[in-house]
Amino acid sequence: MIANTSNMPVAAREASIYVGATIAEYFRDQGYDVLLVADSTSRWAEALRDLAGRMEEMPAEEGFPSYLASRLAEYYERAGRVITLGNPERMGSVTIASSVSPPGGDFTEPVTSNTLRFVRVFWPLDVSLAQQRHYPAINWLQGFSAYVDLVATWWHKNVDPEWKSMRDLMMRLLVREDELRQIVRLVGPESLAEKDKLTLEVARIIRIAFLQQNAFDDIDAFASPQKQAKMMRTIVTFYNRASELVAKGVPTKKIMEANQDLVAEMNRVKFTVKNDELQKIDQLIQAINARFDQLASGVKA
Amino acid sequence: MTVQLNIREYSNISMIKGPLMVVKGVGDAAYQELVDIEMADGTKRRGMVVDSYNDMAVVQVFEGTTGISPTGTKVRFLGKGLEVKISEEMLGRIMSPLGDPLDGGPPIIKGEKRDINGDPMNPAMRDYPEEFIQTGVSAIDGLNSLLRGQKLPIFSGSGLPSNLLAAQIARQATVRGEESNFAVVFAAIGVRYDEFLFFRKFFEETGAINRVAMIATFANQPPSIKILTPRTALTLAEYLAFEQDMHVLAILIDMTNYCEALRELSASKEEVPGRGGYPGYMYTDLATIYERAGKVKGKKGSITQMPILTMPNDDMTHPIPDLTGYITEGQIVLDRSLYNKGIYPPINVLMSLSRLMRDGIGAGKTRDDHKELANQLFAAYARAVEVRGLASIIGEDSLSETDRKYLLFGDAFERRFIQQGLNENRSIEQTLDIGWEVLSILPESELVQLKPEQIKKYHPKYKSQAQAS
Repeated sequence: MIANTSNMPVAAREASIYVGATIAEYFRDQGYDVLLVADSTSRWAEALRDLAGRMEEMPAEEGFPSYLASRLAEYYERAGRVITLGNPERMGSVTIASSVSPPGGDFTEPVTSNTLRFVRVFWPLDVSLAQQRHYPAINWLQGFSAYVDLVATWWHKNVDPEWKSMRDLMMRLLVREDELRQIVRLVGPESLAEKDKLTLEVARIIRIAFLQQNAFDDIDAFASPQKQAKMMRTIVTFYNRASELVAKGVPTKKIMEANQDLVAEMNRVKFTVKNDELQKIDQLIQAINARFDQLASGVKA
Repeated sequence: MTVQLNIREYSNISMIKGPLMVVKGVGDAAYQELVDIEMADGTKRRGMVVDSYNDMAVVQVFEGTTGISPTGTKVRFLGKGLEVKISEEMLGRIMSPLGDPLDGGPPIIKGEKRDINGDPMNPAMRDYPEEFIQTGVSAIDGLNSLLRGQKLPIFSGSGLPSNLLAAQIARQATVRGEESNFAVVFAAIGVRYDEFLFFRKFFEETGAINRVAMIATFANQPPSIKILTPRTALTLAEYLAFEQDMHVLAILIDMTNYCEALRELSASKEEVPGRGGYPGYMYTDLATIYERAGKVKGKKGSITQMPILTMPNDDMTHPIPDLTGYITEGQIVLDRSLYNKGIYPPINVLMSLSRLMRDGIGAGKTRDDHKELANQLFAAYARAVEVRGLASIIGEDSLSETDRKYLLFGDAFERRFIQQGLNENRSIEQTLDIGWEVLSILPESELVQLKPEQIKKYHPKYKSQAQAS
């Protein structure tokens, strides 16, 4: 850990991020996979601005020096995977996860906008989610990862061969939910189509059961990839089976009422099922299927 | 800073501009060295070296440069940094940052001289804050608790009653069980006279003055002396906390005035301006103030800081609140719409946050239900605000039964929990009980963050049953 409190000399603050990166590279060259976490690069940029001012350099955007973007690029480009020199042949990597704290959550300010030019994954923390005490407050619509397709091959090989299609479905529901919410604000929830009402209900389950976590809960703090995939599967199963019924003309409200206990259980899985008792989630999926079979037979009759 | 130099006297002033005076031929002036200025008629002023280069010393004059003539004025470099005499006698007194009395009382005689820049705390010697301070204000104690050694700013807007809240906290704040060991250092930075008189009257009338030391500068004084105000106050706080084992709450009002003074001085020194014209080093400069809070291992006392600042145009992205938020451990945000509804203190609890709260509350510290109750109040109030937005569009009648309960809860929460009188000092138990009372408006099935046994123990419904039987 490289620590630098805010009342220490400003030059040390600028240097601390380079010291961190250099140590990371040292371990990388020994063949380790290194995660470099820097909190926060905005304070580091603040130091650049401070020093530039004292050296009487010409200020650019918002008083930051004109070389802010190139310094950020130099830093982020130190991440990567390498074959090291020397014997035996080793693979090492440095992954950089830096926080940026834009004033007032304004992502157009220079440090954020320039950082976004050099990164391929972005987890924006959202003020309104944080105020609702939704943790982690990552905005799923603004955030992005350019590695989804690459990561999908890993998921498919190691965890669940349908990961990508489940992820895409969930993402589609969340995007659709956002559109629908704007309509609901204008015309109220009653005038929506049954299909859309179901989308709203399932998106709510995704947000509560899957996206929201409690860092202070022993079980919920860490969900293994296997558990995550199973949780996705419960939600996707629920959505697919419910869609079938909606297509046959069953109102969403009726489906949700008939499944109240199962939905509550889906929302609790994150607290109740440990990473090594995933068969419990399988049982839940079976229970969902059984319930829907029963409902479907009722519809036919 | 310990500079050991001799006293040197010069008289060749080459330029006077704004609060600055340039003295030529001074090769050995130390940065931030204290200076005495004696004018031809014998009157004396004081100043400080703010720049020293090319055989020139730039001196900032605390009392302003009006009336100083380049000829016939003697400038004495004192060979030491700015020191102020500090002692526990300052409790109950009102002084300028240079230690001169402003309350008509006698000068402070006893005491030791201390450099007002203080010594930075060794980060390894810091102790983690985890004891609760009771301010008697529900919105703070219940939902954004203040801990000993924390620095928690109040973000206010122009016209909002931050001065009332500051005075109320200064009067009420205490560490339970150690009331006699509690002191407040109150720095009034560049305040208006009427504000100053309000504070003075409030402290004297309520008797709080006995445990308050107030360091004040006024809006019409030169910027250089405003900049000294928080530093002198914190030097006194450090003495009381680490020499006299007291728990000190340092209230700094208003940091916006401080930053304006900093900008004014920076411009007069012809420095390159940063964002909004504020100097690029403002973050570093603010950190040297805010980081003078905390607890030190092996010492009994503590310094808790409550800086208060006014957000220009209520803009939280303005450099002053922005840089302050980087350094401090959370914030209390005052809200104009609550104020317009007539609610005092107008604290927007959803935007406010105390980052250290979790470590200082709960069983043995406040009460066992505090954490869960706070979470429940936050969640329910957030929902109430959401429902309010919905109701304004689709009308209250089309809301569900539960949502209408949330509307009632939202109003009760603001009127009974947040709102309180200027002289109303609520104990933490009272605060939590009011929290339970307003939550009881909601159906019990909505109280999902609370444990069933806590509901049995504290929910007004079961409490009254227990009393009846």
